[in-house]
Amino acid sequence: MFSSDFLKTIFGRLTLESFPLHEPIIVATFAGVVLGGVALFAAITYFKLWTYLWKEWFTSVDHKKVGIMYMVLGIVMLLRGFADALMMRGQQAIAFGENQGYLNAHHYDQVFTAHGVIMIFFVAMPLITGIMNYLIPLQIGARDVAFPFLNNFSFWMTAGGAIVIMMSLFVGEFARTGWLAYPPLSGLDFSPDTGVDYYIWALQVAGVGTTLSGINLIATIVKMRAPGMTMMKMPVFCWTSLCSNILIVASFPVLTATLVLLSLDRYMGFNFFTNVNGGNPMMYINLIWIWGHPEVYILILPAFGIFSEVVSTFCGKRLFGYTSMVYATVVITILSYLVWLHHFFTMGSGASVNSFFGITTMVISIPTGAKIFNWLFTMYRGRIRFELPMMWTVAFMLTFVIGGMTGVLLAVPPADFVLHNSLFLIAHFHNVIIGGVLFGLFAGINYWWPKAFGFRLHEGWGKASFWFWVVGFWVAFTPLYVLGLMGVTRRLRHFDDPSLQIWFVIAAIGALLIFLGILCMLAQFAWSIWKREELRDVTGDPWDGRTLEWSTSSPPPHYNFAFTPITADLDTWYDMKRRGHERPVGGYRPIHMPKDTGTGVILAGLSVVFAVAMVWYMWWLAMLSLVAIIGVAIWHTFNYDRDYYIPAEEVARIEDERTRLLQNATLRNPDSPRDQDRPSFGAGPAAPAEA
Amino acid sequence: MSAPHSEAAHTHAHGAHGTHGSGESHGTMGSYLIGFGLSVVLTAIPFALVMMGSLDRQTTALLVLGAALVQIVVHMVYFLHMNTRSEGGWTMMALVFTVVVVLITLGGSLWVMHHLNANMMPTPEQMSAMP
Repeated sequence: MFSSDFLKTIFGRLTLESFPLHEPIIVATFAGVVLGGVALFAAITYFKLWTYLWKEWFTSVDHKKVGIMYMVLGIVMLLRGFADALMMRGQQAIAFGENQGYLNAHHYDQVFTAHGVIMIFFVAMPLITGIMNYLIPLQIGARDVAFPFLNNFSFWMTAGGAIVIMMSLFVGEFARTGWLAYPPLSGLDFSPDTGVDYYIWALQVAGVGTTLSGINLIATIVKMRAPGMTMMKMPVFCWTSLCSNILIVASFPVLTATLVLLSLDRYMGFNFFTNVNGGNPMMYINLIWIWGHPEVYILILPAFGIFSEVVSTFCGKRLFGYTSMVYATVVITILSYLVWLHHFFTMGSGASVNSFFGITTMVISIPTGAKIFNWLFTMYRGRIRFELPMMWTVAFMLTFVIGGMTGVLLAVPPADFVLHNSLFLIAHFHNVIIGGVLFGLFAGINYWWPKAFGFRLHEGWGKASFWFWVVGFWVAFTPLYVLGLMGVTRRLRHFDDPSLQIWFVIAAIGALLIFLGILCMLAQFAWSIWKREELRDVTGDPWDGRTLEWSTSSPPPHYNFAFTPITADLDTWYDMKRRGHERPVGGYRPIHMPKDTGTGVILAGLSVVFAVAMVWYMWWLAMLSLVAIIGVAIWHTFNYDRDYYIPAEEVARIEDERTRLLQNATLRNPDSPRDQDRPSFGAGPAAPAEA
Repeated sequence: MSAPHSEAAHTHAHGAHGTHGSGESHGTMGSYLIGFGLSVVLTAIPFALVMMGSLDRQTTALLVLGAALVQIVVHMVYFLHMNTRSEGGWTMMALVFTVVVVLITLGGSLWVMHHLNANMMPTPEQMSAMP
């Protein structure tokens, strides 16, 4: 047999004991994942889809396809993150007194850490980035993002990070530190195993993708707007996305640097965050929140943009206070850098520091409140259509305001000394992230699905999902507010006081309701895809939209717009419709487009290998993959074959097909093709509701 | 063959926007030489200060840092062509934002860590050393 030294050189610290075969829950999950994976693999092979997936999706630099891949990644990871949530709710509902529940502490700690990390980095971030990716070029009348290859590469880095984190479930273990991995607990002395290393490398790989996509989208918005679209004629969603991406570019390097310092502590024996030799763990907490607070605004700002678009469209009015909305967004962007200390009021900064950061935190609620009033005033005397996106928006306003107010409560330093690390905090941030970010994403998915796929989502399943989610949210998190006020702290696996149990049981019921909401949403997708011919929309403008993405076909052609649109006013498409815009049906010219490339997949794959090698101390593999990453990157710079022209005949063929479909639709329903299923909404597309 | 291709690769996907290329300022031979000369001088001064050692340590350190800061500005103006007009003012705005964020991060961290340090409970050794 091989000597152990030899095996150590090859496999680092990976041994047979690294596989958690002693944990029945994990083994069962693993069996399920393997079966599902094999079935998926077999199905793709059987239907000969590999070439299709590789050519049409994985290597595509089309921002629309990259955006959709981000959304798929986010939804898949939502299922994983939510499984963790259900496990925690189940454990806390039964683990009282004699009953230790079904999760041991070792496993439970990994579950709550993985839940937080996955939900923020691999659910909320991909969904937000995906929706920005899909929409920004369409809304500003561009044909792709500024750096199409970088876009594909960014997606695969994010997916690579997700793969690394999923591996930790079955090979080795995940961090048991909480989602921000505070030292000294995350230092080598207290977390000697692979958990924190998985955490570090998953975030570093995904962080590259996030930062690059931030740069990409900023460049796109700043440089590629259609002629006539000045900054103040840009859709609000583009504005909030711009601010969100500025926050990404400014704050993610801080996360990267902080994690590098932690890695130096763990790998090279440095003492940045240790308790000895001059290290200071409090510095880590300070640095990570300098990234962490802007991060929550990175998530919520695009959601605010979605609500603005939805409210304006479904009330048939121009958004109330567009200018104030833009300024509120910019003010939030700046202020988000001035509040980070409110995450650690109790660490001992003293009165002057705490009052400064308490006040800045409270000040942030002013621009946010202004936004809520803007949406309300847009609805006021509007002709409101309560379609699904609008329902999510109203649910958001009701839910988010409560979350915002509990946030202001927490911003009062003396109150925070009582509420810090309690379930009140947990209820608060779920209140704003679910009620704000997630509801916004669901509004966005329901709103833009017809644009992305050419058919609407089924309304019945959507409503079921809506009610299960909204009711489930309140049933799940109101008890946590109550428990937090009673002093129950977060991340507990077992409780002694039996009088608390009823609240945890209610919270678990709420989680099950949310589970039904998720199932209904998946059913909504499946049903809508199944019945897509009945839900078909050929007009490209099913909601009587106002922004440029609704001017092109659904799904948009590869090149988005046959002719670059020219903007004269805010709400460009509404303005064009009102002035009787005629779609040009001839005079097409060849369109210059970027070429697909597989380099992004290769680079991200090598990065995953590098990350895993670093986690397991396989130094030879780490060196090899690092050299390969640099080599492939340099090799790619010599690839000059990056673009091509779509011939004018091809453009004419696609556009003529659309002309034919539009004529058919008009023949079938001469009055108003877009309203055929909606007799209650009588106004035709050209009739302005605010006239 | 390769010339139009690399040209196209630079501008791909910009389509018919025509916004790229506007407002960029390119340096002249003179401006590059001025920048180079200033950089050399600003590098030579710290070296001279340290090698001569005629000033005390703190003053030397401050002067070295000051020369570094000035040199950053020189690089930005002469090599990165930073001025208030380039790219329609976007580079200037980005610079101001960056400086603000960096100052907030550094200044805030120092302030916070100073407070945490001052409020830290003394260790037993420190306690016994107190009067």
